[in-house]
Amino acid sequence: MEHYLGIFVRAVFIENMALTFFLGMCTFIAISKKISTAIGLGVAVVVVLAITVPVNNLIFNTFLREGALAWAGFPEVDLSFLGLLSYIGVIAAMVQILEMVLDRYVPVLYNALGVFLPLITVNCAILGASLMSIDQDQTFTESVVFGLGAGVGWALAITALAGVREKLKYSDVPEGLRGLGITFISVGLISLCFMSFGGIDI
Amino acid sequence: MASQKEVLIDPIFNNNPIALQVLGICSALAVTINMATTLVMCLAVIFVITMSNLSVSLLRNRIPTNIRIIVQMTIIASLVIVVDEVLKAVAYDISKSLSVFVGLIITNCIVMGRAEAFAMQNGPWLSALDGLGNALGYSVVLIGVALVREPLGSGTLMGYEILPTVANGGWYLPNGLLLLAPSAFFIIGFFIWAIRAWKTDQVEEAEYEIAPNVQYKEAM
Repeated sequence: MEHYLGIFVRAVFIENMALTFFLGMCTFIAISKKISTAIGLGVAVVVVLAITVPVNNLIFNTFLREGALAWAGFPEVDLSFLGLLSYIGVIAAMVQILEMVLDRYVPVLYNALGVFLPLITVNCAILGASLMSIDQDQTFTESVVFGLGAGVGWALAITALAGVREKLKYSDVPEGLRGLGITFISVGLISLCFMSFGGIDI
Repeated sequence: MASQKEVLIDPIFNNNPIALQVLGICSALAVTINMATTLVMCLAVIFVITMSNLSVSLLRNRIPTNIRIIVQMTIIASLVIVVDEVLKAVAYDISKSLSVFVGLIITNCIVMGRAEAFAMQNGPWLSALDGLGNALGYSVVLIGVALVREPLGSGTLMGYEILPTVANGGWYLPNGLLLLAPSAFFIIGFFIWAIRAWKTDQVEEAEYEIAPNVQYKEAM
């Protein structure tokens, strides 16, 4: 249990997707002007990450890994080069399925997330987390916890940035820094704050 | 119709993908700790964007509109797999240190963005030039950032020592902050400031006008 808690805390604070690995930056910068939309997008990312990371992990271990196809009678086949293509396919398909399921069964959540779901396919945090989980040879349970943690960390970071930017728009920023420039510097400062979690070790 | 030269040169400073279009920032920040990986990453991106723009443009009249995203994704993913496999075979060390970021070129918004916005409407030659131009714009920012981070962070450039560090008996005390994540954000922020100070038409409108302080006594 402690081991899983450790993975979770690591993924949320110490190895934060957005602030340490710079993943999902495009959406991170573009959709962080208002707290309410930032939270909506954050929740959508948590849901998608918690599903796709374990699924991609499962696909890698059952089909693509060297020797993984032994159960089908092909012990010498190594399909790992097809990895990237299948992960991105899984992510796109998952987002599509999730959209349909939510539309049918949880319309409230669908209306809240609606606009953001298609955006998530090209959010590099999703593909990045899948690749990292496979890079680190995580087991299935570990990848569930890791996916969830990575999502929560990303959501936390974008909400924090949206909070800062809502206040920032009233301030007197030098001309050239206005907008994008000052946003980057604020993200840098938030990222500096998150580094103070670095000492946590479970 | 935009001239060929404009299509190629414009994205480098006037319409830079990172500084103005806010595309493809993820990898821009992560791989810039040292120059060698940065250059490899730039070459990979140049190859992928140019080829993907070219192929998407060649196929543009045959792709049904409602599945175009999937088709574009497949083209881009196949190109990235080629790059990844070549890197693993030719430069294994660099491919290890780039780790997941080569794979992440797939979701690099510049590639998708240019395929969608330019290559779907224009001929193959112009599209390839547009891809090349955007990739060069991306590379300029990346190399600029790496040029600050590597020498000041570890005293080397391309692995050669240019500022002799204290640890090796020199005088330069490396600034560890530049090897950490936050510094990349600051440098890009200042880079954008520099570009906008030069090209003033890129400055964004202020959302609120700050009233001048007329009661100067309060400030004293």
